Amino acid sequence: MEHLSNKHTRPLSPNIQIYRPQLTSVLSIVNRITGVFLSACAVVLVVWLIAAASGREAYSRFHDCIASWPGQFFLLASTFAFFLHLCGGIRHLVWDTVRGFELRQIYISGWIVVATSVVLTLACWLASLLIARQV
Amino acid sequence: MAKANTFIITSSDQVSRRTILKRFPIPRNFGVPNGSQIEPGRTWTAPEGATRTKQFEVYRYNPVSGEKPRLDLFEVDLDDCGPMILDALIWIKNNIDPTLTFRRSCREGVCGSCAMNMDGTNWLACTRFIEETDSPTRIYPLANMRIIKDLVPDLTHLYAQYELIEPWLQTKTSDPDRERLQAPEDRKKLDGYYECILCFCCTSGCPSHWWNGDRFLGPAVLLQAWRWLADSRDEATGRRLDTLEDPFRLYRCHTILNCTRTCPKGLNPGKAIAEIKKRIADRRS
Repeated sequence: MEHLSNKHTRPLSPNIQIYRPQLTSVLSIVNRITGVFLSACAVVLVVWLIAAASGREAYSRFHDCIASWPGQFFLLASTFAFFLHLCGGIRHLVWDTVRGFELRQIYISGWIVVATSVVLTLACWLASLLIARQV
Repeated sequence: MAKANTFIITSSDQVSRRTILKRFPIPRNFGVPNGSQIEPGRTWTAPEGATRTKQFEVYRYNPVSGEKPRLDLFEVDLDDCGPMILDALIWIKNNIDPTLTFRRSCREGVCGSCAMNMDGTNWLACTRFIEETDSPTRIYPLANMRIIKDLVPDLTHLYAQYELIEPWLQTKTSDPDRERLQAPEDRKKLDGYYECILCFCCTSGCPSHWWNGDRFLGPAVLLQAWRWLADSRDEATGRRLDTLEDPFRLYRCHTILNCTRTCPKGLNPGKAIAEIKKRIADRRS
């Protein structure tokens, strides 16, 4: 009976290695990843402001980085992450009032978060490109 | 048998056929301790003459052999077998490998004994149709459990967590001469909570419980906690909330809602936990 009493030698059944990704868990992990990513973005934003305050040369050097293809991709990713985290956060606020917990509502609000983030990101970029053209 | 081919899941019994990823894109043994790593097992072919067969990949572990867990592949003769996953397991036990070990009792979704992970989600083997599963059907024990043998998890820790919330009626007033009465509308507040069969599909599917299961109580136990908080006859509400008001016991719930997605009884542990959080916030204000 020794093998039955010794809990620590018992194997742990797999969890994340086998569990199927679902909208519930995927949006949760995405909300976390975007949160961490946005913290890094906040640092970049501060660097941007410091560069702007440091004068023309520093700012133009920073601007060159941001205007490059990787820089533009980073900006796009951070805008999308911002809206995804914002919409996800609002969804969580609604849940805190014990509303929207029926499975149907959970899935509808989840897809609304995804769709709204895409639309807001596109709208944000379209608006800034239009403004940039006019300047 | 509910098949979901849409993006919107409306009932937890729907099996999503259109999942892009069957599992998260991480290595199979990612973060798995040495003794828990799964090795390839053997293949057991169907008896001769079987015309309609299906493959079942089953997690095996034998505590006596000293070997690591392995995945065996069984071929099941569908013409000789009932329609449910549990029927397939019983068929394997009767016809191929009598050492295959699993819990089962009522075979109709009432007892919760045969809770396991099939095709990556937790459900009861007796109420999941073979037809609803992939090929091969992948059968594991409940996720994130210490395994006693094959598909039998050790539930000791979960029962201890259940005991912590003191799941019985507690009163301060003196005992009445007859049973404690409850108005129909008060009784109604227990609907959706009293039906829990403690199969632990939800707790086993909760990522937060995977990482903090030693201290986070998990959805099944917290749903039970709410069942007693919501009971108009119970008079220990304050003390019950004191027990729960803890960064780990209650607040490791991050409203992921895998619990509500997987409950084989169609209950809503996620909502029950939100009710507890709200009740604690309300008594503070």
